[in-house]
Amino acid sequence: MEIFNITGIIPIILFASFLFTGLAGGRLKPMVSGITGTLSIFIVTAVSYYTAYKYFFEFGKAGNEYIKIIPFNLMWLQFNDTLFINMGILLDPISVMMLIVISTVSLMVHLYSLGYMKGETGFARFYSFLSLFTFSMISLVISTNLFQTYIFWELVGISSYLLIGYYYSKPSAVAASKKAFIVTRFADLGFLIGILILSYITKTFEYTTLTDPNGSAINQGSSVLFLGLSAMNVTLILIFIGCAGKSAMFPLHIWLPDAMEGPTPVSALIHAATMVVAGVYLIARLFPLYIFSGADALNVIAFIGTFTSLFAALIATTQMDIKRILAFSTISQIGFMIMSLGVSGYGDTNGLGFTASMFHLFTHAMFKALLFLCAGAVIHAIHLNNLNEMGGLRKYLPVTHITFLIACLAISGIPPFSGFFSKDEILTAAFAKNKLIFTTALITAGITAFYMFRLYFGIFWNKEVKYDKTPHEAPKTMTTALIILAVGSAITGFIPFGNFVSSNGVPLESHIHFEIAIPAVITALVGIFVAYIFYKKENNLPVRVSSAVGGLYGIIYRKFFIDEIYIFITKGLIFRFISGPVVWFDRHIVDGTMNGIAFITNLVSEKIKYFQSGQVQQYAYVMLSGIIIIVITVIYILSNL
Amino acid sequence: MLIPLLIIPTITIFLILVCRSHKQVKVVSAAGMALQLIYSIYVLIEYLNLRSLGNIEEMLFVQSYQWFESFNIYFTVGLDGISASLAVLTAIVTFSGVLATWGLEYRVKEFFISLIVLSTGVYGFFISLDLFTMFMFYELAVIPMYLLIGIWGSGKKEYSAMKLTLMLMGASAVLLVGIIGLYANSGSGDNLTYNILELAKLNLPLDVQKFLFPLIFVGFGVLGALFPLHTWSPDGHSSAPTAVSMLHAGVLMKMGGYGCLRVAMYLLPEAANELGWIFIVLTTISVVYGAFGAIVQKDLKYINAYSSVSHCGLVLFAILMSNKISLNGSVIQMISHGLMTALFFALIGMIYERTHTRDINLMGGLMKTIPFLSVSYMIAGFASLGLPGLSGFVAEMTIFVGAFQYSDTFHRTATIIACASIVITAVYILRVVGKLLLGPVENKDYLTFRDAFWNERAVAVILIIAIAGIGIAPLWLSDMITNSLNPIILKLRSF
Repeated sequence: MEIFNITGIIPIILFASFLFTGLAGGRLKPMVSGITGTLSIFIVTAVSYYTAYKYFFEFGKAGNEYIKIIPFNLMWLQFNDTLFINMGILLDPISVMMLIVISTVSLMVHLYSLGYMKGETGFARFYSFLSLFTFSMISLVISTNLFQTYIFWELVGISSYLLIGYYYSKPSAVAASKKAFIVTRFADLGFLIGILILSYITKTFEYTTLTDPNGSAINQGSSVLFLGLSAMNVTLILIFIGCAGKSAMFPLHIWLPDAMEGPTPVSALIHAATMVVAGVYLIARLFPLYIFSGADALNVIAFIGTFTSLFAALIATTQMDIKRILAFSTISQIGFMIMSLGVSGYGDTNGLGFTASMFHLFTHAMFKALLFLCAGAVIHAIHLNNLNEMGGLRKYLPVTHITFLIACLAISGIPPFSGFFSKDEILTAAFAKNKLIFTTALITAGITAFYMFRLYFGIFWNKEVKYDKTPHEAPKTMTTALIILAVGSAITGFIPFGNFVSSNGVPLESHIHFEIAIPAVITALVGIFVAYIFYKKENNLPVRVSSAVGGLYGIIYRKFFIDEIYIFITKGLIFRFISGPVVWFDRHIVDGTMNGIAFITNLVSEKIKYFQSGQVQQYAYVMLSGIIIIVITVIYILSNL
Repeated sequence: MLIPLLIIPTITIFLILVCRSHKQVKVVSAAGMALQLIYSIYVLIEYLNLRSLGNIEEMLFVQSYQWFESFNIYFTVGLDGISASLAVLTAIVTFSGVLATWGLEYRVKEFFISLIVLSTGVYGFFISLDLFTMFMFYELAVIPMYLLIGIWGSGKKEYSAMKLTLMLMGASAVLLVGIIGLYANSGSGDNLTYNILELAKLNLPLDVQKFLFPLIFVGFGVLGALFPLHTWSPDGHSSAPTAVSMLHAGVLMKMGGYGCLRVAMYLLPEAANELGWIFIVLTTISVVYGAFGAIVQKDLKYINAYSSVSHCGLVLFAILMSNKISLNGSVIQMISHGLMTALFFALIGMIYERTHTRDINLMGGLMKTIPFLSVSYMIAGFASLGLPGLSGFVAEMTIFVGAFQYSDTFHRTATIIACASIVITAVYILRVVGKLLLGPVENKDYLTFRDAFWNERAVAVILIIAIAGIGIAPLWLSDMITNSLNPIILKLRSF
């Protein structure tokens, strides 16, 4: 549709900003890059809101249903007549919603970083990478086909690698960036193989064909077998592995806590609000395929999501680094979103889980970005990030304090803040599908409230710490971003989300389910109350409790030893038991054989060179022997004829 | 049209002979190779022009001169999309190789002459349509390699030069048997021919094909680092001077892939179908084995040599998958690998000139001191691990999509194993990047390093533009190659 042609400038602006700040930024004043980046994302945000308005309120509906609109789709690489990769823009409720989320959070982070990153070496590089990331992420969500998604999926991976390793002189940052990239790459292998098998079955990469509920892809897919299993289930689980890598689902979550080595605004943008929900987005994008041809895959997804949310929430209660607590909280919340997709059905009220998941993605982006940016403001003020070494900051950082409190209430699911509404829908959807999942999710919600308020009381109340320098509130650019996001976290819950985003495009009337909401709010309040007793004032209760459960605490604190298992696999198995032997084999067996042949050749020629002695008598002798042998042979052959 | 591709280097060589100073030699070589680059791009454009005008002949610009009457040996040249793109690749790599050797002071004249003789051999190889001429050019490219490594190399250079030359000579002996076998079976009496286009029209009996196919595939495969005959490559690369590593990994190894495609697959399709599985097993091993081998190496050149085993293994793997998509992928992979490995070896040479070591455990933090070279190295690394937007991604994805067109368990398993190499590649690339470029500066002397000189910048920029160009806009290249593959596919599907 003509009106959406303007959406096409979004990736162009961002890529131009990346090239400009990347190539010329180092030679100009640092602020030039900062302003360029922020200005470009500002334009992008404006265009995104404009697109969203036009889509949701004017052109998006055909009858009662939101449809997919493709303003652009250009051929990028052709394999054969049916398989080709396009580069294009697909607008539908979820991609438009993601446009809003990404551009908003990215704009806030750009703005915030003008203050936060001021004076850092490589300021231009930082903005260049931010532009690259935003470009890739937006192109990912507006992809028209699975392969375009994969391309930008890899590009967000590399942007994440570059930004985690921003402080590249720090060995821990280098190690963390490497780990993040390799773990997600491993998961992406699953994704890639999934895409390839899927394309073999369905002969297409295009989403419009793949996800059409009455289309050929879904109808043919279910009957194909792969290595004896239903190919569709295998394929969809493989694609989910890719999602699990990006979205840090157990057991591929290990890179996310380490990724906190990056600058805090990066954690807010990439590792809380946008990139890590790419997995959720992709499952939502392929949702009809999952519902109609991969019910088993969807069950796997539901259980992994539930388990991860509980698992990460437990770890979050024991960690001391404020950014790591938030990282585990992110893992746990994404677990909610994934679980919600897993329990969802298709169409009408069955599809509540789908809407809930997208809703939670939306509200979570706001409050989690806010939490990270607040944590950044705290770190900016006192240059510490260990919970043990801080406390009593409410007096020094009033704006940060209030905004952080709003975010905590939102994530804990206290009405009327945004998290309450989305969590209520998730729990309702879970309740309808599976009571075990519902119970686990409810408990996790309680733990969430506990660890968030542990963090809140630990930073802003608890003991009065004497700081070397009096902490001061962050500069205007930073607090502006905090306030805008706080407003978002407070009110976005009132958006009638089901009207816009639903599993089949038909608006879904949603309302608050009191039979679920009341127990959920009570659980959250209990969590907050326990945190209040433990951490409001300095006391020895936390220590007593943790030593009482001793071993269990230790296991949780050490994150269930998952990191150790990984180190064993990488260092122990791959380096020592595969690569080492491969090289030994190569040098000694394969090359040894070659050298051996050369050696034998040498040896033989050494021996036979004496035949060329130059003595005529010897030649005559050899010749005579030869003649005699030939004659005898000839006679022998003739006599046998 | 094509003869100047051989005449320009020859004239350059004569001009070098009359040069008086080192400076003159370098300027003349660079000018000659720049002209060669421009001319080959012009040839490519003319080629595309003719195609867009609807010329559908298999080979364009065909010229033929009788050379040796009694054996029907002709000097026949011709060009299709595959050889055109490989000729441009050769021109780019040779030109940047000359620029990368700007600092050479020892026996300059002889070095550049050998280098240009080598590249002439490569051009001749890619444009030949007569098997005998092709073989001659192959030898012309391999022999200067011995001198280049033996004289200007480093480390245990005599051993490496000898090993490389002997293994490649051994391979060419096998190859020669195969080529003469083709010739002997090409007709009767006076009608015997070495011409590829004529040979392609024949339908050789299966048992003859089955005898010749392994000879030719192995003969070319050794040059393409086919496991287990790849061991010349790590030693050869590590001893060779920069420009020679660039040319060797960049274009010489591509002659192996090109030969397998143009001769083994095209002329012996039925045997390729019957015996392909053996080589699929070997190349699948190459792909993974090379990548695992690279993980634990300490020497930068060894890492890239093993990485080349893995990437060139993928070229042969794709050729053996023998459908249009995978063959297309194999040619793109040849070009892509040629460019990125040339960039790698050029940068390794530049880094070595500064640090005087290639051991990654002894280096660190180069990003702080020589950012231009480090960023270029990182881009080469990203291309190697298949980052979208750079050429490696296009090549690998085309290969994998092609290989997935088979649904039987054997092909699937091999493909999935080969796919796994993208993870292992990421491991060794990021390991090198982490140790070499990032982290704290290991040595105070590093702070005094000068970042890239003009010639070094030029090398990196030329190669990066080519890599990113293919990565961002691959469609024209892929289409050109796909169209040229039609005759080969027809042969492979004809029985």
